[in-house]
Amino acid sequence: MGGNVATVPMGEGSGALPPRANLICFGASAAASAAVSFALGLSPFVWLVVTGAFTLASISIWSMMVEGRRRALDRVATIVIAEIFVLALVPLLSLVYTVVNEGLARFDSEFLTTSMRNVLGDGGGALHAALGTFIITAIATAAAVPVGILAAIYLVEYGKGRLKRAITFFVDVMMGIPSIVAGLFAYALFEIFFGPGIRLGVMGSVALMVLMIPIVIRATEEMLQVVPNALREASFALGVPKWLTILRVVLPTALAGIVTGVMLAIARVIGETAPLLVTTGSIDSVNLDPFNGRMANLPVFVYEQYKFPGVPPEAYIERAWAGALLLILIVMVLFLAARLIARRYGVEIRR
Amino acid sequence: MNETETMKEKEMVDAQAGPADPIMDPPASPSATATVDAKAKRIDAEDLNIYYGDFLAVKDCSVNIHPNKVTALIGSSGCGKSTFLRSLNRMHELIDGARVEGKVLLDGTDIYARNMDPVLVRQQIGMVFQQPNPFPTMSIYENTAAGLRLNRKKTKKTELDGIVERSLTGAHLWDEVKDRLDKPAGGLSGGQQQRLCIARATAIEPEVLLMDEPCSALDPIATLAIEDLINELKKRFTIVIVTHNMQQAARASDYTGFFNIEKSGDPGVLVEIDETEKIFSNPRLKETEDYVSGRFG
Amino acid sequence: MSAGPISAPEAPGSGKAIRRPGDRVFSGLAIAAGLTILIVLAGVAIFLIGEAWPAITAPVSDLPDGKSLIHYIWPLVFGTLLSSTIAIIIAVPMAIAVALFTSHIAPKAISMSVSYLVDLLAAIPSIIYGIWGIAVLGPASVPVTQWLSDHFGFIPFFDGPASTTGRTMLVAGLVLALMILPIVCAVAREVFQQTPKGLQESALALGATRWEMIRMVVLPFGRSAVVAGSMLGLGRALGETMAVTIILSVTGTITFDLISSENPSTIAANIALQFPESSGLDVNVLIATGLVLFAITLAVNMFARTIISRREAAGGR
Repeated sequence: MGGNVATVPMGEGSGALPPRANLICFGASAAASAAVSFALGLSPFVWLVVTGAFTLASISIWSMMVEGRRRALDRVATIVIAEIFVLALVPLLSLVYTVVNEGLARFDSEFLTTSMRNVLGDGGGALHAALGTFIITAIATAAAVPVGILAAIYLVEYGKGRLKRAITFFVDVMMGIPSIVAGLFAYALFEIFFGPGIRLGVMGSVALMVLMIPIVIRATEEMLQVVPNALREASFALGVPKWLTILRVVLPTALAGIVTGVMLAIARVIGETAPLLVTTGSIDSVNLDPFNGRMANLPVFVYEQYKFPGVPPEAYIERAWAGALLLILIVMVLFLAARLIARRYGVEIRR
Repeated sequence: MNETETMKEKEMVDAQAGPADPIMDPPASPSATATVDAKAKRIDAEDLNIYYGDFLAVKDCSVNIHPNKVTALIGSSGCGKSTFLRSLNRMHELIDGARVEGKVLLDGTDIYARNMDPVLVRQQIGMVFQQPNPFPTMSIYENTAAGLRLNRKKTKKTELDGIVERSLTGAHLWDEVKDRLDKPAGGLSGGQQQRLCIARATAIEPEVLLMDEPCSALDPIATLAIEDLINELKKRFTIVIVTHNMQQAARASDYTGFFNIEKSGDPGVLVEIDETEKIFSNPRLKETEDYVSGRFG
Repeated sequence: MSAGPISAPEAPGSGKAIRRPGDRVFSGLAIAAGLTILIVLAGVAIFLIGEAWPAITAPVSDLPDGKSLIHYIWPLVFGTLLSSTIAIIIAVPMAIAVALFTSHIAPKAISMSVSYLVDLLAAIPSIIYGIWGIAVLGPASVPVTQWLSDHFGFIPFFDGPASTTGRTMLVAGLVLALMILPIVCAVAREVFQQTPKGLQESALALGATRWEMIRMVVLPFGRSAVVAGSMLGLGRALGETMAVTIILSVTGTITFDLISSENPSTIAANIALQFPESSGLDVNVLIATGLVLFAITLAVNMFARTIISRREAAGGR
């Protein structure tokens, strides 16, 4: 990319390419392949691929002739790595573009203010699903955050010996539970008390909680560990008991990081579909009671609208995309807010 | 725990807190809450052995630390002087596996007695650390008041203002920060931060102030400012200071103790303690003389 | 001097070193939270086994399609392993390259935002990957798979006939690869950044080019961590449900053909597809398959953690 820094001649070829050689080759290749693609009427994706290939070919030949084999290999490796990186971003861009593009068709006020109650074909909305997602996630968060933060406090501030090792190990295990298994667990748990076929909003919360706890623990643990020990000692030396030291010195210092971790954890579970599919079920109207009956939610809404469209199918597919857009907006807002908090309010910790 | 055992230990505690121990008694005389001019307390360590797990770090240390005096502890790195200092206010035991055997008497009361709350010990024996460590989430004002606030002591706002001003003035910091008390403490210079930490430690009115190489992270001018401050603080507190800097010990202290180790891996031993003047002019032991005259390590 | 009462025995005669009530309550809460983890996990295991038990003990004739449990699960295990293997083969080299890009190639100024973009990949809900896969990637793959089956049909993977909708194992594997890329990448990036500066500089000082330095110093240093990260990614791919559920057109055949419209299902996708419509013993059978999935992912994750902890114990960090 930005040209290599080292300028010592490398033996074989004694010359050196101009400092921006990589960029020059990239620019020339982009232009050349644009011309080819335009002439042949090819898609932008093909243009990208051809550009990559041209860049690689031109820089390797040029460098081989001027700088020798080793420097040429270095440039080729650099460009291959950069190209793979771009290749990894292509799906991300395509995905965001597709969701926005397809989702906007039905991303209207009706979609945000009505449910699917008595709707067949066109119209209708995802209000019931959005409310359900909010309730289910809120309950899961309310349960997972205190447990997760306290468990992390145990691991960092109190834990020692075998219990600490056991809990650390099982947090790892919990981290690896497939989300659908968490859903099955919630179902199995409630089936015992309410009988087979039970579907409740709160069951979804239990499943999400199982997924969320280990994420919150890991994030909090990491943040508590970077709080310098000097601060704990300063507090102890002032005659402050340990629990007040943790509550009023350690936690405030780590707060921004913990909040960031919690928001990322919410972002991770709010789009979970599989565990909700087997626990909350789906329903067409608004249900605000997590302890009574099925509860709609955005991920399952998207899934069902897309997978089992009625007539006309376009209406269902469009609603699915609009739901996906709403979901992705929620996730992005959470994600960006978390980063912003980390950057704005993160206390600078001297290392 | 069964009952007889409990009884036995209660007796033990009672025996320890015998009648010869005035401050163990409920405050019979209200005058015990004395004024600022009153003498600070003395510390007497008796046969202190300090361990990290199985490793003996300081061996058989007995020392009398006089009230309202500055006692400096010198010695090469790793000889246990900081470890000793941290055992004087029960900070040592915070490290996993660390423990202390022996007695440390604060005006005759053993701070290692079983019924002694380490938290209350530390409220009486404050500490200043090598690296300035103000709380990064708190302002200058909050840092100064931290000892009271973190302990949820109910203090009136006006009273707290007074304590903060007095402590910062006492730490020679008030004039520099009085216009930005609500600013974060992280914005201060290293020397100012260290003086803030001293103000924070003195705000809870301890009897003794322990200082663990308080100037080693500071430049010479900031160091002199702290030394001036120490000279003034001894009017109100008993001060124990660990230092690597022999000029500092000579300048700032009344008594000087010298820690040494035979060889690496051996426990540190307090080999000699005396009036500073004597240690630096005419020490009893050859090894002390070698060290203070720079012929050693 | 305020002569505060230094001895304030809060629990006189308790005999033990003094602990304040606040400390006791707070540390008790923390331990309780830690124990909750163990209880929840024990709960997961017990309830799943309890619910799977009827399926394990039921006579074969009562099971779906009259097949034994092993015959029922085996094609699903096969599909799960196949899709995850494709994902890992594609994702790991890409993740290493992306991690190297952020740690050693990209200019400092942009490497931070670059890592954000990769993390963002991890935040996108799987259901959205699924519908993107079927709406965009699937159709886009059709000409490629057509070409593969025409020219490389002799390789079992590309036997064909190529699917005309793109709802193939290959597309499912690709989408899974995208989903686990950020996981593998995060681990790799961290360890690459931890490569000792001294080693890197001495390699450069000996006249190595940047790529030679990466090959000789950075990659060997990060190898075991990358293996561990790949295992974590594999664990995620094995349990991933929705992308596969939506993309794959499932027929239940066991085949290595990656591009046809006849595909094995995966355990997770099968549960998602069948569970909402199931009742009675079928539910128990599905939970039994979930238990198998749990066991597989557990084994993979534990393997990964063992590598990581061995690395940490060896002072690799």
